[in-house]
Amino acid sequence: MRRFYGVELSSRLMVGTARFPSPAILSQAVRVSGAEVATVSVRRESGADRSGQAFWSIIRELGVRVLPNTAGCRSVKEAVTTAHMAREVFGTKWLKLEVIGEDDTLQPDVFGLVEAARILTAEGFEVFPYTTEDLVVASKLVDAGCQVLMPWGSPIGSGRGLNNLFGLKALRAHFPGIPLVIDAGIGVPSHAAQAMELGFDAVLINTAIARARDPVGMAEAFSAAVEAAMLAYNAGPMETREMAEPSTPVIGKAFLT
Amino acid sequence: MKIIVNGDAHEVPSAASLAGALEQLGFGGAVVATALNGEFVASAARDAVALSEGDQVEVLAPMQGG
Repeated sequence: MRRFYGVELSSRLMVGTARFPSPAILSQAVRVSGAEVATVSVRRESGADRSGQAFWSIIRELGVRVLPNTAGCRSVKEAVTTAHMAREVFGTKWLKLEVIGEDDTLQPDVFGLVEAARILTAEGFEVFPYTTEDLVVASKLVDAGCQVLMPWGSPIGSGRGLNNLFGLKALRAHFPGIPLVIDAGIGVPSHAAQAMELGFDAVLINTAIARARDPVGMAEAFSAAVEAAMLAYNAGPMETREMAEPSTPVIGKAFLT
Repeated sequence: MKIIVNGDAHEVPSAASLAGALEQLGFGGAVVATALNGEFVASAARDAVALSEGDQVEVLAPMQGG
C-alpha cells in the first residue's frame, strides 16, 4: 500500500473545498466522495463575521485529514510565511506548497518551489509540491526532501485533463517509489481514471466537482472512476496493438462457402 | 494609535500587545494565525509582542481551498 508521508489512504481521491455553491453541498460532496484528504487555505478573517471559524467547524465535522495550501503565493518568503501560519491554524505538518509564477496558466515557479520546499522540509513540514511534469524539477524536489509530488494535469481550473501524457508517463516511470498525485486540470471522471490507469497514486479534484451542475453527484462519479481505475491498474491492462486480432477462435470455424 | 489589520485601519491603545488588539477587534477565542509586518507571530508569542503606530497586522483563518 502506497503511503503519503507514512499515512495509508484507502481512497485515492483527494478533494478541494473551494467554489462550492454552499457549505451544505460542500459537506455532502466530501462525504459522498469518500475522500480522506481535503485541501484548505488560510485567508484574512473578519473579527465581525468570523466566517473562517464557521468553515473550520464544517471541515472538522467531516473528520477528513486537511492538506493546507499556499495558493496565490508568488514568492518564497510569502509561501514560507503562509506555511507557518497554516501549520499553526490547522495543526498539521502537511502542506500543499504552491509558488505561482505565471498568471494565465497559474504555472508553478519551479525555481521558487524548490527553494521553498528545501526550507520547509528542513523545518519539519511534509511538503506536497504543486509542480509540473518536468523530470529535473521533480528530481530537485525529491533531493530537497519531498516524499510526494503533485504534478499538474493541465492548468488549475481549466478542466482540460492530462495535457502532456508523454511527460506524465515519463515522470511515473522515473519515480517509481514516490507517490504521485495529479493535482490540477482534471475536468471529468475519465481524466481521473486515465491518471490512475497510468499508475498515478491519487488525484486531487476541486473545480470539476464544485462547479458541476450537481456537485454531490459528480463527487460520487469521481469516486467510482478512481476506484475502478485503481482496480484496473492493479489488474494489469492488456497491451495495445496497431491492427485487429480476432478474439473468437479461428480454428474450428465452419467451411460454408 | 492607528494600526492596519487585514488592510483596514483600526484604533488601539498605545503599546497594546498583539494579543490585546486581537481581543479588542473581535478575534477572542478564534482559530487564527497572525503576522506582524510580514513576519509570522506564533500564537504563544502574541502576549509579548507590543504594537507600534502604523504596524501592519495580518489575521488569517481557515478558508476554502483547492
